[in-house]
Amino acid sequence: MLKIEKLKVEVGGKEVLHGINLHLPRGKVHALMGPNGSGKTTLIMTVMGFSRYKVTQGRIYFKGKDITDLPVHERARMGIGLAFQRPPIVRGIKTRQLVEMCAGGREVDVEAIAGELNFTEFLDRDVNLGFSGGEMKRSELVQLMAQNPELVLLDEPESGVDLENISLLGRAINRLLERDLKPTEGKSLKELRAQRKKSALIITHTGHILQYVNADVGYVLIDGHIVCSGNPKEILRTVERYGYEECAKCLR
Amino acid sequence: MSEIEKSLPAQRDLLRVGVDPEEKERCGTFLQDNDKVVLCGVHQEGVDLLSTREALDVLPEAREYLWRALREDPELGEFQNGYFIRARKGVKPFFPVQSCLYMSREGMRQHVHNIVVVEEGAELHIITGCTSSVRRGVHVGVSEFYVKKGGKLHFTMIHAWGDEVETMPRTGVIVEEDGVFISDYICMHPGKRIRMYPTAYLVGRGATARFHSVLVAVPGALTDVGSRVYLQASDTRAEIVSRAVSMGGTIIARGHLIGEQPHVRAHLECRGLLLKEGGLIHAVPELEGRTVELEMTHEAAVGKIAQEKVEYLMARGLTEDEATAAIVRGFLNVDIMGLPDALKEELDKIIQQSDQESL
Repeated sequence: MLKIEKLKVEVGGKEVLHGINLHLPRGKVHALMGPNGSGKTTLIMTVMGFSRYKVTQGRIYFKGKDITDLPVHERARMGIGLAFQRPPIVRGIKTRQLVEMCAGGREVDVEAIAGELNFTEFLDRDVNLGFSGGEMKRSELVQLMAQNPELVLLDEPESGVDLENISLLGRAINRLLERDLKPTEGKSLKELRAQRKKSALIITHTGHILQYVNADVGYVLIDGHIVCSGNPKEILRTVERYGYEECAKCLR
Repeated sequence: MSEIEKSLPAQRDLLRVGVDPEEKERCGTFLQDNDKVVLCGVHQEGVDLLSTREALDVLPEAREYLWRALREDPELGEFQNGYFIRARKGVKPFFPVQSCLYMSREGMRQHVHNIVVVEEGAELHIITGCTSSVRRGVHVGVSEFYVKKGGKLHFTMIHAWGDEVETMPRTGVIVEEDGVFISDYICMHPGKRIRMYPTAYLVGRGATARFHSVLVAVPGALTDVGSRVYLQASDTRAEIVSRAVSMGGTIIARGHLIGEQPHVRAHLECRGLLLKEGGLIHAVPELEGRTVELEMTHEAAVGKIAQEKVEYLMARGLTEDEATAAIVRGFLNVDIMGLPDALKEELDKIIQQSDQESL
């Protein structure tokens, strides 16, 4: 689904990512962990194609196609969706309008999607204007549910979200990623899981979201290098106990 | 064929300044072509609509409203005509009155004097479109508005002029106790030059004035538009908001609030968006407090569209042009004005044109 090869990225003339390799297969969820400033956001913003993030070396492939030089909207139309960590305020555009734009002409039940994320009262407010951190996260997810991308990039979806809403958020992400499967007649869960098409790359600093969304593989990013990949729960436990300093040892 | 369609052929010109030729959702229509009144009729009990000349002849009280909200200026000379609109005490028509001041003779000078009176407890909405089929001309529009106790006047004005037209409106507004004056002004085609500085006097306790302006300037155009409110009684409120978009033209967005009595609240906001090189936006917000107990604030911002916002919308699948147009439309914030659809389409067209030109 997503393949990143030897990717080097500069932001404001300074190299932030120093040769990232990553392979995210169809139907899988990968978690990206690491301390602040390690380059997690840079990595997913580069996958989405934002102009501030300059690829100086390496390629990005999505569904087998080289997308390294494609503009943002073409990547979105190919099926990449991003939930921003700090989305900008857009005055004069109502959140409802934006959610409709996300659907790209398809029929979507905006009310139902918003209802699921306890977000209905925000639909008629300007995009992100006066939203709290948690409200922005829910807004981002409502938009993604309307967009329904094949590859979902989530940048710290849980930060700033209160306890009351975090399980709502977890449930919505699982639905977005076809992870809310129930056994049906004729097919086992195992078979259903094998049919999943949605993939995700989730940035998490605290790991809280992984209590709600099962990740298949975890990575640790330190100073622009992936230093480790493996079982996400195990990585998280190590970090909780010994901090990212322990991971930094592998950088040497 | 409706009355308006018979009177004037250039329907497209009228539509783009919000005139509804079928008069479906209007309670009256006034139409002046050059110096002649071609249509003047109302179908609503309690609303008077006359040409100003006729009103001064047949209504003795009309004379009381001449040059009271504005200082008389003999240099302007004799006016040709204009409209006199009055909503009688307590009358609240559901639909607006529409008016159109139209110039179809090359190089002419159109000089109108308009008077609007909203009596006690009455409510009136006027949509007025000023436009020309010709390139060159001068439009002098003198308007005096009187809102009596507890009355409400909502005045929507749309300007769309030929390239060489010069416009110099003068507007004075007097609002009495608990009265409300709302001005929505949209200038899509400023012509060569527009200069105006409408002034409202809030003379009665609890009176309110709100001016919203949407200004678009193409290359070669000069738009110098401000609003001024004197808060002359306690507990009065004023708000001046302008949104300016330069596509290469010059916009001076002014605002002036004068607080003269205690317990007044007023806010002034000028936001400008420069879409192209060669344009200029000059925001001039002024606050003047003349007593201790008042609260007046202003904010002004001039800049370009943030790339971050464009790309945010692109990440949702919009092209760069679509994203830019959506942001400009949102910035101009015309939705809150409840404009007719034809007008919104015209505005969208201008925004899209500018996108194509910038490619």
